[in-house]
Amino acid sequence: MRDIDHQDRGGLLGPLKNLSFFARQPITEPLGPRPASANYRGFHLNDWDLCIGCSTCQKVCDNAAITMVRVPGLPEDPVKGIRNLRPAIDYGRCCWCALCVDLCPTGSIALSREYVHTCLDSELDSYFILPDARGIHGTPYPKGWAKSTDADLVALDRQPMTEQAPAERIDNFAEIVAGYDANQALIEASRCVQCGMCHDACPTHMHAPEYIRAIWNGDLEGAVREIYRTNPFAHTCGRVCTHRCETACSVGHRGAPIAIRWLKRYAMDAVDHERVKQIAAEGRADFISGKRVAIVGAGPAGLTAAFDLVRQGHDVTVLEAQAQGGGMVRYGIPDYRMPADRLDRDLDVITSLGVKIRYNTRVGVDLTMERLRAEYDAVMLGVGLWMGRSTRVPGADQAGVKRAVDLLRAVAAGESIEVPQSAVIIGGGNVAMDIARTLARLQQQHYGEVRITLTALEDLDHFLADADEIREAREEGVQILDARGPQEILMREGQVAGLRTWGVRSIFDQAGRFAPSYDPADEQIHVGDLVVEAIGQAADVALLGEALTEVLQWHRGRLQVDGQGRTNLEWLWAAGDMVRGPDVVSAVADGHRVADSIHAYLSVQEHAP
Amino acid sequence: MRPENYEAQSQPPSYDYELNIGPNHPGIEGNYAFKLRLNGDRVIAGRADAGYLHRGFEKLMEGRLWIQNLAITPRICVPDPVPMEVSYCLAVEDLCGLEVPERAQWLRVMQLELSRIAAHFFIFGGHAATTGMYTPMFWGIADRDLILDLFEEMTGGRVYHIYNIPGGVRRDLPDGFGERVTHTLNYLESRLPDYDNLLFTNQVFVHRARGCGPISQQQALEWGVTGPNLRATGLKFDVRRDDPYLVYDQLEFEIPTEDPGDAWARALVRRRELKESIRIIRQVVARLPTLAGPIRCPIPNPLAWNVPAGSTYTRVESSKGELAWYVVSDGGERPYRTHVRGPSQMHAVQVLEQLAIGCRIEDVAQIMFSLDACPPEVDR
Repeated sequence: MRDIDHQDRGGLLGPLKNLSFFARQPITEPLGPRPASANYRGFHLNDWDLCIGCSTCQKVCDNAAITMVRVPGLPEDPVKGIRNLRPAIDYGRCCWCALCVDLCPTGSIALSREYVHTCLDSELDSYFILPDARGIHGTPYPKGWAKSTDADLVALDRQPMTEQAPAERIDNFAEIVAGYDANQALIEASRCVQCGMCHDACPTHMHAPEYIRAIWNGDLEGAVREIYRTNPFAHTCGRVCTHRCETACSVGHRGAPIAIRWLKRYAMDAVDHERVKQIAAEGRADFISGKRVAIVGAGPAGLTAAFDLVRQGHDVTVLEAQAQGGGMVRYGIPDYRMPADRLDRDLDVITSLGVKIRYNTRVGVDLTMERLRAEYDAVMLGVGLWMGRSTRVPGADQAGVKRAVDLLRAVAAGESIEVPQSAVIIGGGNVAMDIARTLARLQQQHYGEVRITLTALEDLDHFLADADEIREAREEGVQILDARGPQEILMREGQVAGLRTWGVRSIFDQAGRFAPSYDPADEQIHVGDLVVEAIGQAADVALLGEALTEVLQWHRGRLQVDGQGRTNLEWLWAAGDMVRGPDVVSAVADGHRVADSIHAYLSVQEHAP
Repeated sequence: MRPENYEAQSQPPSYDYELNIGPNHPGIEGNYAFKLRLNGDRVIAGRADAGYLHRGFEKLMEGRLWIQNLAITPRICVPDPVPMEVSYCLAVEDLCGLEVPERAQWLRVMQLELSRIAAHFFIFGGHAATTGMYTPMFWGIADRDLILDLFEEMTGGRVYHIYNIPGGVRRDLPDGFGERVTHTLNYLESRLPDYDNLLFTNQVFVHRARGCGPISQQQALEWGVTGPNLRATGLKFDVRRDDPYLVYDQLEFEIPTEDPGDAWARALVRRRELKESIRIIRQVVARLPTLAGPIRCPIPNPLAWNVPAGSTYTRVESSKGELAWYVVSDGGERPYRTHVRGPSQMHAVQVLEQLAIGCRIEDVAQIMFSLDACPPEVDR
């Protein structure tokens, strides 16, 4: 080396160089405690209030150092997407890579700025800890490596969905949502952390993590197979499901939840229909049980039960009063949300397995329940909620006042209805939005303008309708007035002329009962030659006949069933909207439950002497 | 062997005898044995005996997600972990076609060169200790600690940084980090004359190291020698210059070479590389403030990351030589096969066995250390 003269043997005074070190600082580390750096990856801290127990940390841990421990007393709510699991760390395995921090969907985990943990031989298990916000020693050390935008490995942004602009969609019933293309679906599917919160939240426990992963792996048929494990209304739920899965999605805590519904829709649309039918038929029993089941009502609940029972080898006949199947999905949900041809595909899959549907057959009129009981081994009711409730305000019994369900059914059945020049809708739920937006489209077609007023008891913060529905209804020209209570239907020359409302002070009384109080000073008149009531529906149970109605047990006007959907009669079950909350996927879940119960009943019968 | 089982064997007197160096020995940084056959104090033959640090990493990596392997890679070479991380990330980026943002590339260079300095300080000290001088060893370790302090601040970890991720790096620098790096570099540079006085012009060291374990250029090329050991034979080959990765083609630095190819030359090459690394880091510190922008390109969800099928070989210049990952993907979410080309594999086995022949027993440890072989990298 040129700048080092290794031939230099030094002089006599060379050893005196040592003296120059006397004045220098020693190069040893000071002994006193020294704070770790702001990024230090020390021991785990976990904010239990933020943590939802999704177990993503456990999944990404390189060394299987994380065990999810159930902590009694912490909230556990599948619908909100919270489990009472919390990560416990085995520091014999942990390598402090902090991938658990970077991939934590909620950002609850961090690593502390704490260097040392040591223990006596008798405390060796102190290396296995369940960290909370105070860390390993219960002493508050500041956070070191924590969630930051730099290091975050969770993709928080959802793939945007292409939708028709308001101007394009307002005069027709074409589907608003375009659906994902292959690339969008792939990227959206890749965001999933496979925590399974969606599976827990879904009423029918769809295998969403599995089908999302299958989509990501390009195995769309595999995705359809996973979907059909739990849901024969796959096209329907890919479009109009209330998607409790997305509410529970762990990625949704800091970002946009995975578009689970749209991914299901994508998989169903992408696979050839004939192939879907083959996949749905996989695992079907190859014997005939000889048992006959009658199901009243070809809606989601009835047909799901029929699907299950047919797969188990039973002979199922579905009796449907309307001319087509699908129940409220067909006759309640407008085409722009749920195109009829997709519903037809769902029905085609179900009937292709051998479910027989007798249309235009109204039980109670065309044949009686007694006859069903005599001819079949088991009977299930899934008749839905077809009777619109009335506000019973003065004038509500006029011919110009209609129920939303009736109008929606008529439109869906292709019957011509008299389109009003202006209309007032009473109600703030999704059905109210459906009828408002349906009438808006018809008005646009007939008159080229929209004159619809929607009044609801709730204020906008507590609206029952989805936020998307409210936004889209407004975009389409529907005027939405919140916190208005209907008082009287106004008449002019024997025709409906409008609605008079008062402002709402409160909806519930102090005991929490429904008892709206109004402010008479805040009065408004809404002009409309049609008033539509969309304030709730009830089941039409006239089909049961008097004798049966007498025998059955009822609870507040609803047929009472046990956990399996069975009534107090051994041969009769009920499912769907008529016994449980009104949405498709709950009806599907109900259908499965009842089918299991019926199958168990029929199987036991089989073995009985 | 238990004492009660030991029976003295009556054998004819022999001039040859066997001696085990290791598996625990200060002559090398890790558990590694070297079996010598000696005649008097001359080595007749040596046999490298690896395997004490075999952790099965390459196989282990086949069972882990691509991103989970990040935590394994730095553990393959403990004193110089960063090239392992970076070359693994380069391999995944190559297979995925990821474009690493420029800022991240400069950050990686800073981290790589800091690691090179730390590793060289470590090896200096060790080499000095094998010649009986322990002060440079204490100094080397203490000065290396200053770099570890910088690493702690930059990456969150002192030794295993796990700072790189395919697509970039995991964190940006903390505020004021550039000044603190410069401060440490100034200090280290001011220390170099002390090291020169203490070690490189020290006649004990000079006489012990010169002519010890020489490798000719021809032999070096035949045996697969790379890095400072190769450059000590006079061949100017450095992956940073000859097959540039990251932003090394935009940096000014010299490739030091020496001709003799002996332990002395190898130590000098490292000593001169220290200065070049300091020079590189100063350029990075000056450049970083002009580079705004992301430190990582968008990457897929690590739990669902299918790396496209293919294979790649990505090499970087570590403090020991040419270090590379050969990675094969079958398109799945885990590697199909990974293989690391640790330069120490060549240096610690075939080269060491050759160099030991004919040397005296007290020089064996010096030769081992002057080759800068890293047993965890041999075994992995």
